Amino acid sequence: MSGSTIIFYLLAALVLVSGWLAVTTRQIFRAAIYLLFSLVGIAGLYFWLQYEFIAAVQIVVYVGGIVVLIIFSIFLTQQSGQKLPSQKRGRIIFSILAVGLGLTLTMLQLFQYTFVKSTESPVSANVTSIGRQMLGVNDNGYALPFEVVSMLLLAAMIGCIVIAMKSPENEQK
Amino acid sequence: MEPGLYQVLFISTTLFFIGVYGFFTRRNLVTILMSVELILNSVNLNFIAFNKYLWPHRLDGVFFTVFIIAIAAAEAAVAIAIIINLYRSHQSIDVEKTEELKY
Amino acid sequence: MPDSLVIALIPLLPLTGFVLLGLFGKKIFRNNSGIVGTLLLLVATVLAIYIAYGYFFGYGKTNGVYQKLIPVHYSWLRFSENLSIDMGIILDPISVMMIFVVTFVSLMVHIYSLAYMKGEERYSTYFSFLSLFTFSMLGLVLSSNIFQIYIFWELVGVSSFLLIGYYYDRPSAVAAAKKAFIVTRFADLGFLIGILILSFYSNTLDFGLLIQRLTSPDSSQWRTATEASFLGISALTWGAALVFIGGAGKSAMFPLHIWLPDAMEGPTPVSALIHAATMVVAGVYLVARLFPVFAIGSPQAMHLVAYVGTVSAFLAAMIACTQTDIKRVLAFSTMSQIGYMMLSLGVSGFGTFDGSGYTASMFHLFTHAMFKALLFLCAGVIIHYVHSNEMNQMGGLRRKLPVTHISFLIACLAISGIPPLSGFFSKEEILFAAWRHNAVIYWMALITSGITAFYMFRLYFSIFWNKENSHQKEGGAQHAVEGGALMVLPLILLAIGSVCSGFIPFGNLVSFDGTPVESKPHISFSILPVGLGLLGILIAGWFYKKQNDRSDKIASSFSRIYQAVYHKFYIDELYLFITKKILFNLVGRPAAWFDKNIVDGLVNLTGNTTTMISEKIKGIQSGKLQQYAMYFLIGAAGLALFFIYYRR
Repeated sequence: MSGSTIIFYLLAALVLVSGWLAVTTRQIFRAAIYLLFSLVGIAGLYFWLQYEFIAAVQIVVYVGGIVVLIIFSIFLTQQSGQKLPSQKRGRIIFSILAVGLGLTLTMLQLFQYTFVKSTESPVSANVTSIGRQMLGVNDNGYALPFEVVSMLLLAAMIGCIVIAMKSPENEQK
Repeated sequence: MEPGLYQVLFISTTLFFIGVYGFFTRRNLVTILMSVELILNSVNLNFIAFNKYLWPHRLDGVFFTVFIIAIAAAEAAVAIAIIINLYRSHQSIDVEKTEELKY
Repeated sequence: MPDSLVIALIPLLPLTGFVLLGLFGKKIFRNNSGIVGTLLLLVATVLAIYIAYGYFFGYGKTNGVYQKLIPVHYSWLRFSENLSIDMGIILDPISVMMIFVVTFVSLMVHIYSLAYMKGEERYSTYFSFLSLFTFSMLGLVLSSNIFQIYIFWELVGVSSFLLIGYYYDRPSAVAAAKKAFIVTRFADLGFLIGILILSFYSNTLDFGLLIQRLTSPDSSQWRTATEASFLGISALTWGAALVFIGGAGKSAMFPLHIWLPDAMEGPTPVSALIHAATMVVAGVYLVARLFPVFAIGSPQAMHLVAYVGTVSAFLAAMIACTQTDIKRVLAFSTMSQIGYMMLSLGVSGFGTFDGSGYTASMFHLFTHAMFKALLFLCAGVIIHYVHSNEMNQMGGLRRKLPVTHISFLIACLAISGIPPLSGFFSKEEILFAAWRHNAVIYWMALITSGITAFYMFRLYFSIFWNKENSHQKEGGAQHAVEGGALMVLPLILLAIGSVCSGFIPFGNLVSFDGTPVESKPHISFSILPVGLGLLGILIAGWFYKKQNDRSDKIASSFSRIYQAVYHKFYIDELYLFITKKILFNLVGRPAAWFDKNIVDGLVNLTGNTTTMISEKIKGIQSGKLQQYAMYFLIGAAGLALFFIYYRR
């Protein structure tokens, strides 16, 4: 048992337990925090897999952006102290069954399949090479998806503003 | 046992189905959004794992992950905007109350 | 050969009248509609006289034989080499005679209606219908092929329906129009089947070719038509008999006569035109047109014609003796006279064939049109004056309505066969033809002519002699002299026709093959019919000239028979019984039940099942977000299972 194995299993436990608690707790603020822990755990896993750049992006965007956004929305839409109502018994059992079925199916397929590893020499995933390829225009370049995603972000921004905008009649009332 | 591809895939699959369970079970729209974020993250983990263990000479998994994070951020923003709009008209964000688009 | 445009104009002028008055009558012409219709018809009558003169005394004769000319022929629907529905106009002795009769009587009725229908709200509609009828009848008589005559046959039926039901706010008129149309339509079914049979065996629809192929014993069509048989009767006989059934319906022969008395609900000029002089003779015209097919091709069908004619003549005469409505008496009289025409055509089938009955029948058609139209128009004047149709409301009118009185008397003498009026000559020829061929029919026709004289003069004496009715004294002062000149002029013209038309040498002009026919009976032959006629007149005078109760005593002593005859031998009730109790209950109701419960039930079942299924299925679209996601997952899992385990 080397140190990296132990760290891996700790991180795994963090991710899964936080995730499980995030979807079953009845206080909403706690759910947001458990989500935060789960996302940090995933960032840790990225670090363990030696993809630092992605781990950084994960923390900056997900933890620092999306979780904060979710917390703001919780503040905006309800009292965070109240308990959430729980679901009907039938629904819970049915969901457990469905999810269990899906899980079993997927696991069966996964563990029966032999993945073929490639034999070529690995490329390091440092920022330079990622940046070069992201903006590259040759065969392996991702310039076009980059531009498209930027358009999408613009559209999403405008869309959010329009959807969440208060219409003038409401203000006059 | 030395952690390899299969273990990482196990984590990502389990996280995926935890997210699905949360999606089915929760009554609050914001918590449903949280479950969706869990699902997206599990997919990201999947991509990175495949990239590292099966195709170490290429970076395609990384790029997919970057784009998925960007798009997930945009989608979460739009979802929050919709939730806020819905709260204004219904005074509640219980998903059982948003049943108007039915037969 | 005359100008085909002139001939085509004769039916087209009334058609123009119909279209113009129908479309623009209410708004534009209004009270001038009658004049428009009458003027158009006047031109048509002049043209008809011109054509008749030219045909009979000019180009119609070739080598002393009148030809069948076809000046207009237009191929309309060509299905195959043999089957082609054409439109054409045929000129031969009977069609030229008929266009003269139709246009002349129609013109008289138009002039009369100018005064009779004045003040009616739907004045223009009346004249447009009259023009439609005139067009249809002219088209019928000028048709050169059997399908065209069927088209115009139906058109005439429609015009009759429209005119009988002219006073549509009266339920009795509406019922009468329906009855007329349904009975004649039912007969037309036989007509159509007959057309199909005849044209099938002769491979053509044209009259000339059809007659030629089915009457020469050495043609192949004759052989096939007479050899094919159904229930022991040859196909040719079936065809001819079915065609006759169609004619019998339109001509009100027994047992399809039930519509004619009820048709008197229409305005009186309409009764004069349609139900006396022109439409009801369409059946006679049809048999005359197909005369060789009946006489040479199928004498058994000819026997049917003769017997039906005789029975109708006798039956109608009996019923007319008991009726009290003046128009009903005249209606049964019409039925009786048409029976005469039919039997005259029919006797050619007995014994040796010599076509004499044909000329007699056409002659009687001509003279009957004159005096029957005259009788109806006089009846119109009387009804107008007395405001009632019933004979017991009239009496002693000979001083109040002098011109009508003289015209009516002339017409009654004509119909009773008293010389030298026209009816005498035409009836003589019929009786002579009957005497030469079949004794039974001769005696029946003779007795019927005596009864005819009796009931006509019963009518005459009850109206113009007898006791004056007290109601009239108030009504008489209001009316102008017998309705004015417009109502009197047609009476005078038709009276002149009734007197003079007997002297036309019909045998030289009209015969079934164009050659002149000589059939003047010996003077001694006429003693019996004329004697019977005079006897009938005397008996009628004894009963009805002065007020007495001799007729009532006779009626009560034969009360059972009297009741039966008065109720028209209960034939109407029999028809009603058959339709209501048998057809409706045994056929109609089960069919309706089947239609409503089973056919509709099936359709409704499909609808209801679909609705039920959709009610159940619509739960899928519940609007619940999480349910949709569940369906996603289940669907994806299902597809994955399918692809992994079954398609491996």
